[in-house]
Amino acid sequence: MENANFLVVEDSPTMRQLISFSLKRFKNAKIIEAVDGVDALKKLSGPDKIDLILTDINMPVMDGLKLVSLVRQNAQLKNIPIIIITTEGAEEDRERGLALGANAYISKPIQSSHLIKTISELLAF
Amino acid sequence: MSEEQKAEKFLELFSRGKEFTEELLRENQKLRFRLASLETEQAAGATSEEVMRLRAEIQQLTDENRRMGMRFKEVEEENKDFANRYIEIEEQNNNLANLYVASYQLHSTLDFKEVIQIVQEIVINLVGAEAFSILLLDEKTNELKSIASEGEDVMPGVAQLSTRLGEGILGTVAKTGESYYINQDVEGGSLALDKPLAAVPLKIKEHVIGLIVIYKLLQQKDSFSAVDYELFSLLAAHAATAIFSSKLYSQSERKLNTIQSFLDLLTTSS
Repeated sequence: MENANFLVVEDSPTMRQLISFSLKRFKNAKIIEAVDGVDALKKLSGPDKIDLILTDINMPVMDGLKLVSLVRQNAQLKNIPIIIITTEGAEEDRERGLALGANAYISKPIQSSHLIKTISELLAF
Repeated sequence: MSEEQKAEKFLELFSRGKEFTEELLRENQKLRFRLASLETEQAAGATSEEVMRLRAEIQQLTDENRRMGMRFKEVEEENKDFANRYIEIEEQNNNLANLYVASYQLHSTLDFKEVIQIVQEIVINLVGAEAFSILLLDEKTNELKSIASEGEDVMPGVAQLSTRLGEGILGTVAKTGESYYINQDVEGGSLALDKPLAAVPLKIKEHVIGLIVIYKLLQQKDSFSAVDYELFSLLAAHAATAIFSSKLYSQSERKLNTIQSFLDLLTTSS
């Protein structure tokens, strides 16, 4: 699959840049950035059809778990694959995210190759 | 010649003919036998030649097969080497991306608070530290004081960390400019403020302006990786420059504002 649109939801500019940098490995990928859950919902209602969401958990205004929950409740957005990215390594956080409907979970510090592999599996590139 | 004589003559001729025929038959039998023997010999000769040819061919094919097997193993080994090399390059790319992003972000602003925030983000997100402190050196008092930290809950006192130049591990790192790393399994992190997992001096050339001190790594990270040391080197130089530049910029902004206010005052007074 080419020309995928990725939504990166992360409050840290460093992490957003790092993730976006990794996503450029996908041919003709379009990377849309959001600084928190509210900003992400705005971008999701924009003109670009999002193929995959990568979201941090701990963010101001609206955190990643709330975003996952709202996306899964929305009839038009509920099928978008979601990867949760967080500093938390605990099993309970992973379970919370997955229980809310996230498809995969990646812990920081992010390994680019691991991120690419996870995305490729989800989108069956 | 009487009829009787004629009959005897005929019988005699007939006997001779019979003997001759019998001799011919015997001769024919011998020839047939000889022919059969020759045919058998010829056939046997032909088969052994074929066998020899086939044996030679089998040998050739066996050699070829052995050569192919060896080549296959060689290619398999080469493939393994390529696969390993690919993984190495992949890792290297990842590391370079981390270093690029870290460097890019550090020099993306001249705001002191933002620079410190970026250093914190790098230490959390790229190094994977849970408890750490950034200390700056006060050159008037020779004291190192924490200006930003993370993980007060797992390492109490990390936010108020301070030490004097030359004292303990932190003071020695600041004085010598040599990084300090714990050379053992770092799982669980450090238990004492004066015994960190890593202490990296922030240096502009040989001039130390502060330290990054790491006490605990994130749960999913049990040791420093090769790229962490690269990041530490990068932080030692780039973070120091970025912090120093932003401090100078803030100071010059303040001075500029003061001068501007003074000038405004003079203008208004006159």
